Amino acid sequence: MDDLRELYQTVILDHNKAPRNFGELEDPDRQADGHNPLCGDRLTLHLQLDENDRVVDVKFSGQGCAISTASTSLMTEYALGKTKDEILATKALFHELVTGNPNEEGSTDGLGKLAVFGGVREFPARVKCATLAWHTMEAALNNDEQPATTE
Amino acid sequence: MSADRPFDVRSVRRDFPIFEQTMRGKPLVFLDSAASAQKPAAVAERMADFYKHEYASIHRGVYQLSEAATFEFEKARGKIARFINAANPHEIIITRNATESINLVAWSWGRKHLGTDDEILITGMEHHANIVPWQMLCQETGAELRVVPLLEDGSLEPGAFEAMLNERTRLAALCHVSNALGTVNPMREMIAAAHAQGIPVLVDGAQAAPHMAVDVQDLDADFYAISAHKVFGPSGVGVLYGKLALLEAMPPYQGGGSMIHTVSFEKTTYAEVPARFEAGTPDIAGVIGFGEALDYLEQIGMSAIEAWEKELLDYATDRLAEVPQVRLIGTAANKASVLSFIIEGAHPHDIGSILDQEGIAIRAGHHCAQPVMERFGIPATARASLAFYNTKEDIDVLVRGIHRVLEFFG
Repeated sequence: MDDLRELYQTVILDHNKAPRNFGELEDPDRQADGHNPLCGDRLTLHLQLDENDRVVDVKFSGQGCAISTASTSLMTEYALGKTKDEILATKALFHELVTGNPNEEGSTDGLGKLAVFGGVREFPARVKCATLAWHTMEAALNNDEQPATTE
Repeated sequence: MSADRPFDVRSVRRDFPIFEQTMRGKPLVFLDSAASAQKPAAVAERMADFYKHEYASIHRGVYQLSEAATFEFEKARGKIARFINAANPHEIIITRNATESINLVAWSWGRKHLGTDDEILITGMEHHANIVPWQMLCQETGAELRVVPLLEDGSLEPGAFEAMLNERTRLAALCHVSNALGTVNPMREMIAAAHAQGIPVLVDGAQAAPHMAVDVQDLDADFYAISAHKVFGPSGVGVLYGKLALLEAMPPYQGGGSMIHTVSFEKTTYAEVPARFEAGTPDIAGVIGFGEALDYLEQIGMSAIEAWEKELLDYATDRLAEVPQVRLIGTAANKASVLSFIIEGAHPHDIGSILDQEGIAIRAGHHCAQPVMERFGIPATARASLAFYNTKEDIDVLVRGIHRVLEFFG
């Protein structure tokens, strides 16, 4: 597979074209904004949590490139039904997958569908597009006042 | 200028070593000169020679090496003056870049002349460098920043500039060529209109100087800002041209060495122009390297460059029009160098990554002109920008690359 096909896998193109969980929650428990100042990507994440910090509903809105939109869409799909601790553990694995040594294959253990972002590490300029969603998720889970940024 | 020799892009490209290499296994197609231009070998060689054999501090040494370095530095200032047809080399102030040149005017001239109820007039197509310094000045002084609106094609609304000039306007700060749209503004006419009401004009010439002969006296510009790195010189060097009488009446910008006449703890007197505005040791080798770049341009001739780039821009505009999914942002009748475009369903960042795989370097983003993006209701564009070393083959490769983008995002 050439590098571009590895970056733009069918799943990514599909989630870019038809993002899941796109929209806003009426009365979210948590809300966070994410911003990538370099390319202007912006997203807003809304979460509904139960008493155990488990995500029971999630929506996102905003605009971004295919990698950023698909990453957010797939993350929301993953996060639904997961606890804060589970999500933060996966964030660390995801981060390692997309930021690791470009000459080595990253581990996709425990990442399930999120493994489609394995091609991103070969495109250093695109890493922040893939991670913005997760930075924003962390900000929402931690109830940070400041918008998440990739810088 | 010796523009009589026929322009030969093949021979010109041999002067730029960067084109000898491949990118991702493909010939480099460099279409990002509006961000920063490539350098002829002569510039790098001149700077290396200076560092190896001629380097010394300038303007203060009592020894031969320093005297010679000062001579070379001042010779470069003279070349800059000639390049933009300034009447006097003392009107050339060396800065770090066009951004610093504009900030210098905002801080020195602006703080002296601006007050509450005053206005600064800019256009809707300015780079952040010609917006933010004026906003900061307005915040400090209570003055108001007003913006001339744009038409859908990216040109200024006809008559709007003249109509917005009034008795409260203290300065017009205008880009000569828009970095995000390529629009060339009718600068001579705009300056004449401002002068008719006694209003001075600062021109952001960062995107004009690489592409056309600039004549500050013919324009009658009061201030003109340039970045050397966009004019095939090194990064880290900028130019502020100012009319001598204006500069002489301006207070210093930064304090330090070189800009003083005498210093005591009670009182400091300031040096004459341009030294007054050049505190601290400048990028000596960079300025000399810039002088070399200007020599190189003079050899080719700016009119030959302008003619070739017009042919390229027309060709590129036609080729891009063949792809129905591509929409050009910025279609003014008078344009230079820039092809900003969007593709329905493909974000500019994705376009940039795919083109990069084909060895094509473009810019994707807001181009430090977020208000322009806002005006057109888009978050970003892909921007291909030209210089005289580009070829029609470069454009053909770009169009092929765009078809590759459509394979993913069509």
